[in-house]
Amino acid sequence: MAFDNLSDRLQQALKKVTRRGALNEHDIETMMREVRLSLLEADVNFKVVKEFTNEVKQKALGEKVLKSLTPGQQVVKIVHEELKQIMGDVAENLTFKIQGTTVFMLAGLNGAGKTTHAGKLALYCRKKYNKKPLLVAADVYRPAAIDQLVTIGKQLNIPTFEMGTTVTPIEIVEKALSYAKENHFDLVIIDTAGRFHINEELMLELKNIKEVAKPDEILLTVDAMTGQDAVNVAKSFHDQLAVSGVVLTKLDGDTRGGAALSIRKVTGVPIKFMGLGEKLDQLEVFHPERMASRILGMGDVLSLIEKAQDAIDEEEAELMAKKFQNATFDYNDFVKQIRQIKRLGNLKGFLKLIPGLGSQLKNIDIDEDQFNYILAIINSMTEKERKNPDIINLSRKQRIAKGSGRDISEVNRMTKQFEEMRKMMKKMMNMNPKDMERMMNGMNKPGGMKPTGHTSHSKGKGKNRGRRAPWQ
Amino acid sequence: MGLFKNIKNIFNKSEKQLSNEEKQMREKALKYKKGMEKSRGTVMSRLKALFESYDVINDDLFDELEEIFIMADIGVNTVLEIVDQLKADVRMREIEDMETFQSIIIDKMFEIYVKDEIVNTNLNINEDGLTVLLFVGVNGVGKTTSIGKVAYKLKSEGKKVMMAAGDTFRAGAIDQLKIWAERVGCACITKPAGSDPASVMYEAIQQAKQHNIDVLLCDTAGRLQTKVNLMKELEKVYRVISREVPSAPQDTLLVIDATTGQNGMNQAKAFTDATQVTGIVLTKIDGTAKGGIVLAIRNELGLPIKFVTMGEQITDLEYFDIEQYIYGLFSDMFE
Repeated sequence: MAFDNLSDRLQQALKKVTRRGALNEHDIETMMREVRLSLLEADVNFKVVKEFTNEVKQKALGEKVLKSLTPGQQVVKIVHEELKQIMGDVAENLTFKIQGTTVFMLAGLNGAGKTTHAGKLALYCRKKYNKKPLLVAADVYRPAAIDQLVTIGKQLNIPTFEMGTTVTPIEIVEKALSYAKENHFDLVIIDTAGRFHINEELMLELKNIKEVAKPDEILLTVDAMTGQDAVNVAKSFHDQLAVSGVVLTKLDGDTRGGAALSIRKVTGVPIKFMGLGEKLDQLEVFHPERMASRILGMGDVLSLIEKAQDAIDEEEAELMAKKFQNATFDYNDFVKQIRQIKRLGNLKGFLKLIPGLGSQLKNIDIDEDQFNYILAIINSMTEKERKNPDIINLSRKQRIAKGSGRDISEVNRMTKQFEEMRKMMKKMMNMNPKDMERMMNGMNKPGGMKPTGHTSHSKGKGKNRGRRAPWQ
Repeated sequence: MGLFKNIKNIFNKSEKQLSNEEKQMREKALKYKKGMEKSRGTVMSRLKALFESYDVINDDLFDELEEIFIMADIGVNTVLEIVDQLKADVRMREIEDMETFQSIIIDKMFEIYVKDEIVNTNLNINEDGLTVLLFVGVNGVGKTTSIGKVAYKLKSEGKKVMMAAGDTFRAGAIDQLKIWAERVGCACITKPAGSDPASVMYEAIQQAKQHNIDVLLCDTAGRLQTKVNLMKELEKVYRVISREVPSAPQDTLLVIDATTGQNGMNQAKAFTDATQVTGIVLTKIDGTAKGGIVLAIRNELGLPIKFVTMGEQITDLEYFDIEQYIYGLFSDMFE
């Protein structure tokens, strides 16, 4: 994808207009086109995009943007603010009964993550509100859905009420409620079967469950990867059940999650939670701020951390730590480390996620190719050289330079850096904790490997930079 | 234009005039049409309305077309490509009447899908030995259910099938597959929850060889494509299968939920990197989502769709047929 985030898009669009000095309405129009595209690529519903861009356009036409020296940033700011506002500035809380048993009910399409999130919610409420929850298995259709909920319950040490698959969901819910009362559970979480919003029979069943259970919360569970159809689904469930909140699941992937905006805008139902993983404690209160950045493809610190965690291979990391300790770190390990860094994707994009750094990075051209050069140099070494970095003398260096097509000075710089790194590791590993602490404080700045020297080398515009933006 | 006329003709002929082949085609088309009734409803009746409200082909019409395709989740890049090409066609061939324009649109969709290739939607079954099918995808798309349906289909075609419960992670996944195996009437090789999925595959392959199984269907845990460690686990599963059976897995099927938006493209890329995906199973097309992202995937990555599923019954699975799919989307226009 050529232009992942709105900032880049607008920058690109502005290149064509800024030379003429002040912006005019037509320029704003051009920028709105980029906003529109960016949102569409994030799966925001088409109609919502239209309305949204119209609103933003009105705001953007204000003096500020037109006269600003950084109109692109201004527009991003307006869009970001607007997104945040639509998705709800304040987090909405769950509703609990003051006395008696509170009932939550989960509903949604097949595979959205209802069963998992029934478990997550139970854990969350026990931890945060000190509740005694009971899970209720009312999905009698999907094979082994009940087993799944029971297993989850066992993992959390939370009881699950189930009556097998031969009883109707209504009956299960009725019995579960009286069971909860008798056994002093103050929170009942009902897991229902996944269904299409257009399946009248099954939607009727949900309405009947609602009738019987009189839930304090009806939480619609929606997969964050849902496309344009999210609006139809949410609207239909909301019309039929009067949903009180949305749980947006699978946000730990790389989806931009535009569905969040669509749902909120069309139904007005607040998004209350986000699911961030398969582990049962990976549930968080919805952050409009984070979501707004994410929809615009601009990331945030938290997703940065998550990204780094996901990209690092646990086993490899462990092995590496051992090598550090024994000071047996060689070029083969160095290659592995570089690969790991590269796995984080575009380094510049990655660094941009750090707030404040993004704007500073604008003038620095991180040459991603540097990594490839280093790899090429190492690849030109013999296996023996890679394992025994100390044997690399001048004549070997000359051969390596030739083999990799790099200058000998580059080979020198690389080997020197590598040696320094090794020395540092040896030192660190042999230090007592106190010294270590002192040293860390002394460094106190982002350390680790940096691509060699070379800043601002406006060599080649990068593969993606000069390309025509879609819809231009 | 041929394809469009073909289908249209079948529906215009009376029952008696049809050849046997045409009858089959019509039956299948009707099934798709029924399955996709809801999908069609929202977007495609807009298409029909669109043509009724315009008498000239102009930029506004193209803009609206763009919207309609976007609404089907076809994806920004592919939609742009379609619309650009349509504009060029209209200009070059000096097309003015709506009827011709409609058929050009449909032909363009075919073209985007077919790409001058013979699209192989059949499974790559190894006729003299064991065939292994690996099912991969993100969480909740319907992998396990699809395995049940594909196994049933293959069994009813006379194949001896077996399942391998490679989702050892999600609670209840093994039981879920076992229930499907019972329904199909085939063996299901399992190991306790938490086992290494690759070891399940190894065991299942040995069993399959011993029992002269024709097709082994391997389930895997759902995983988001951004999880490096989980993707590596999948690579290992793939490696073990290809080590134990030469040229296996003959097919790696990426299961994609029709409600999926643009993320489907990332899924297709990442899973192809890890396991060399050979085809797509598009699930849940009986809802209101169109699953248009698979057209974009086909367009950008060349992956064909092999199956579509449309319901919770064991028989709710069809070999994918692009003509029928597009007919399902556009059938308002045919009648």
